[in-house]
Amino acid sequence: MGPEERGAGGPTDVEEAMHFVVCAKQIPDPETPPSAFKIDETSNKVVPAQGFQPVLSQFDGIAAEAALRIKEAAGDDTKITVLSMGAESAQAAIKQVLAMGADEGVLLQDAAFEGGDSHATAKVLAAAIEKLGDVDAVFCGRQAADWDMGQVGLLIAEALGWPAAILAKDVQIADGTMTTTRVLANGFETVAQPIPAVVTVSNEFGEPRYPKLQQIMQAAKKTVTTMTHDELGLDPSEIGAAGARLKLERLYVPISNTQVEIIEGETPEDLAKNLVAKLVADKLF
Amino acid sequence: MARNILVVGELVEGALSPTTAELLGQSTRLVDGGLVAVALLGSGASGAASAAFEAGADKAFTSDDAGYDQYNSDQWVNAVEAALDDVDAVLMAQSSVGRDMGPRLAARQNTAAAMDCVDVSDDDGTLKATRPAYGGNALAEYSFAASPAVATVRAKAFEPITSRSGASGEVVELPGAGESRTTIQGRELAEVTGLLITDAKVVVSGGRGLGGPEGFEQVEALATAFGTSRAAVGASRAACDLGWYPVSQQVGLTGKVVTPDLYVAIAISGASQHMAGCSGSKMIIAINRDPDANIFQNSRYGIVADYKAVLPALIEAVKAAS
Repeated sequence: MGPEERGAGGPTDVEEAMHFVVCAKQIPDPETPPSAFKIDETSNKVVPAQGFQPVLSQFDGIAAEAALRIKEAAGDDTKITVLSMGAESAQAAIKQVLAMGADEGVLLQDAAFEGGDSHATAKVLAAAIEKLGDVDAVFCGRQAADWDMGQVGLLIAEALGWPAAILAKDVQIADGTMTTTRVLANGFETVAQPIPAVVTVSNEFGEPRYPKLQQIMQAAKKTVTTMTHDELGLDPSEIGAAGARLKLERLYVPISNTQVEIIEGETPEDLAKNLVAKLVADKLF
Repeated sequence: MARNILVVGELVEGALSPTTAELLGQSTRLVDGGLVAVALLGSGASGAASAAFEAGADKAFTSDDAGYDQYNSDQWVNAVEAALDDVDAVLMAQSSVGRDMGPRLAARQNTAAAMDCVDVSDDDGTLKATRPAYGGNALAEYSFAASPAVATVRAKAFEPITSRSGASGEVVELPGAGESRTTIQGRELAEVTGLLITDAKVVVSGGRGLGGPEGFEQVEALATAFGTSRAAVGASRAACDLGWYPVSQQVGLTGKVVTPDLYVAIAISGASQHMAGCSGSKMIIAINRDPDANIFQNSRYGIVADYKAVLPALIEAVKAAS
């Protein structure tokens, strides 16, 4: 539809409400102190730290915030669906985004999904987005704060044949165009792309909102739809561990052999002088 | 086992980027009789080919089309795909280019990308990619079940080679920039005053514990005391997210990865995601009033004190020693 056809009056004047998807991943709490961080080197898996519940990956919360702000600015009944691939416990991550204001939740839960790499994960998420149908934009965090790969958003876009913008610090969607200001190593860049499109949102965007108690209670009552590989029409040999192209061979905690020496001194001048003496001895001047 | 490697090069004002030279150097160590190729796109590309040959390339795919000067993913990915001639591995920097291109190129080639690698090595004839995970708490090693293997690699992970002065090679012309679904509307580049944080020999960083943006005045003064030609100022993500210091100076997993001779962490707690950006420093020293701060676990020397009390004296002592 060209702009000349958008004239005043007539049924085409009313924009159809959009449909956004927010991809949300539940991860081990990244705030787990390094001293409590353990790996089982036979299974190459992180041992859940006692006293730390899994959390919504922080960048996915920011992605949800970006989607919600566009919905609120549009002031229409744009629908936001939160999508998570994971275990039953990932319901908590979905509910958190529902409490922030998303409308519907979908959990992609299936043993066939487990052990996948970024490619296999994106394949499942893309299939779910296709099944939802009529999706205008997908919002992902810049990276999952566990594996830190930062590629699932781009791989969803490639699977769907959509454009994508990564590392957004601002994103707007209007009139069929997604306009993203994204973070570069040495500044920012603003790009425009036709929707449907994928955006990955960075921490520079800002903080996600805290849901109110009432919203948390409402979200708790919402039903989360679940989907399996059968319902998505996916071949188990192409997803999960079987479909992974990148194979994790080893996961370990690197050994730090640094032993800190605390500098002693009665006064700030003594502390400064004693530290600089060490640096001079280590030939740093 | 011989393998052919393509390095996706980057140009900085028409010259080969340092990381491109580092990746070419490592490629010569990995090919085992195979060929090292480089793709260079944008103004000055064919002129930079000679530098790429000296840095280790046997073959250069180039296009001088200025349409490539600003990275635009559709255009660049198509161009690099045209340079994939019997290639077993594609290496690129974990840069604004590589972060976007790595996954896309892998998807289009039905293969996989390992992102943000700190090492790419030969493991009994197969390519091994090593990268930090879990905010730098862990290291992960990967093999590839598809080809070509794609890896994005951190700056300064490898040494460039210097022994190929005067080397030459074959130049193959790539098509000019084509269509893209992405329109670049504008760029706002950070003003670079003085030394880049990634090139500095000394990085002095401040964190949330500074208590406010004014704390960075003392951090800057300490950097200046080390000398403006070798020291730069960094900041933790918390400090940048609070708007106390420019994002371009952020050190950490979601910011810059720095590898200076000396990293001075002032009022930084030392969360894993921060350490992921500075743990490659030759020496870390920390000033923090909390004796239990994680930063001390990773530091060679520490001062347990309020930075406000110590920094004026430290600035004077560093000035006297410099």
